[in-house]
Amino acid sequence: MKSREYQQIDPKALPTPSQSPPPHQHLAVGGDGRKEPMTPRRKWEVFPGKNRFFCDGRIMMARQSGVFPLTLGLILVTSGLFFIFDCPFLVKHLTRCIPAVGGALFVFVLITLLQTSFTDPGILPRATPEEAADIERQIDDTGNTSYRPPPRTKEVLINQQVIKLKYCFTCKMFRPPRTSHCSLCDNCVERFDHHCPWVGNCVGKRNYRFFYSFIVSLSLLTAFIFGCVTTHLALRKGLMFALQESPVELAICFFSVWSILGLSGFHTYLVASNLTTNEDIKGSWSGKSGDAVTNPYSHKNIFINCCSVLCAPMPPSLIDRRGFLPADEPARASGADLELPNPNTKSDRNVVGGSSIWSLTCRNLPLIFPCS
Amino acid sequence: MRLQDLQQPAVSSKVFIQRDYSSGTICKFQTKFPSELESRMDKQQFEETMQTLNNLYAEAEKLGGKSYLEGCLACLTAYTVFLCMETHYEKVLKKIARYIKDQNEKIYAPRGLLLTDPLERGLRVVEITIFEDRSIGSGR
Repeated sequence: MKSREYQQIDPKALPTPSQSPPPHQHLAVGGDGRKEPMTPRRKWEVFPGKNRFFCDGRIMMARQSGVFPLTLGLILVTSGLFFIFDCPFLVKHLTRCIPAVGGALFVFVLITLLQTSFTDPGILPRATPEEAADIERQIDDTGNTSYRPPPRTKEVLINQQVIKLKYCFTCKMFRPPRTSHCSLCDNCVERFDHHCPWVGNCVGKRNYRFFYSFIVSLSLLTAFIFGCVTTHLALRKGLMFALQESPVELAICFFSVWSILGLSGFHTYLVASNLTTNEDIKGSWSGKSGDAVTNPYSHKNIFINCCSVLCAPMPPSLIDRRGFLPADEPARASGADLELPNPNTKSDRNVVGGSSIWSLTCRNLPLIFPCS
Repeated sequence: MRLQDLQQPAVSSKVFIQRDYSSGTICKFQTKFPSELESRMDKQQFEETMQTLNNLYAEAEKLGGKSYLEGCLACLTAYTVFLCMETHYEKVLKKIARYIKDQNEKIYAPRGLLLTDPLERGLRVVEITIFEDRSIGSGR
């Protein structure tokens, strides 16, 4: 084969190929009628899911923030009251360690909460039109000649278990195993756990470890505060007196602490068995149907399961929020056909630690957690 | 090599290599040689490319002592260590990008093909673009 028969293709020099129109300068009509070149737009601006982006695409949340402001408010107010009213007394009568421990827990809770809320949970970008067409063709090719619609499930064998992969009509692809489409965010999320209104985001593959750290540290913080407040009341007025005087408040605190502790316990069980809340609720591996089904993703060892869920390498964000759209590509509603990325944006994408980028543009919100 | 505007290669078709889920949720692509490429390249070369890619992704997601240490350190610092450190996965992704670029330059571009980094497609598919055969004379 003679190589000169084909034009040696420089991969970097290629424009967007196939059905897109030839490249032309995209001009916007200005206020006074003059045509001005449009500034290149970032991909987050045309993201099809129901998400909100801040800080030029660095931070993302679900569009419905749920009760996230309430969560933040409750933590700040409770901790604030604790530091203002209980700490001075306890430092004087007990030890200086109390505000130190409380402070450390409080900071940890806040950081992990913000990370859970603002991190991409593992959203799968929607299929490009060519991919969708290719899959449609493959489905139709399965010899379906009747009037029934073609099958929209695919079966794969994982660790001797038959797993059905469903076709997502919104994202136009067969969902990978353990992926689910969140109707609130309108995105397919990998290893979908649940959509948490308290953090205002989905919990999935990429932010599950933050979520777990958050609820564990929150249960420690609430238990710690509850213990300190009870000690304070006991030392000041005597425990019996305190119970008689403010039983309702103490009861509310007691049950709140236990509900968060219960949630942490439940998620510890999920982590140890490498399950998601979604699978547990649906009973995917509990053998309800009578078949001998076991969780094919479990490593059959609690320690390895915990490590693989919490300490595995951090997967990258697949949606490339801060990449630029090609100049000639019109913004499409359904996952833009993004062929070759602008080489300038390569350094931005998927870099969890972009500290120089942070300092340059994110001055308004001095956040100290990674955005990815 | 300079690409002249008038002679921009036209895209003939695209082939999508789907994910192989037989080993679970790890990133792995099917190594079956697509029929559309039969006229363009060797089956063995294609399989070698795919196998190397699969090995690289396995390396990225590998659970081992080093990744556990990284995870524990990250947890202890409330994951703020990610601000100053490139994760293991990212390092391997860069390696993969270099490998794909290298393969394109050496093997695929001379045959009128282009491998797209699966990361550009959300790790769903390996997209191979087939460009039009401009040869006037005989083929291979």
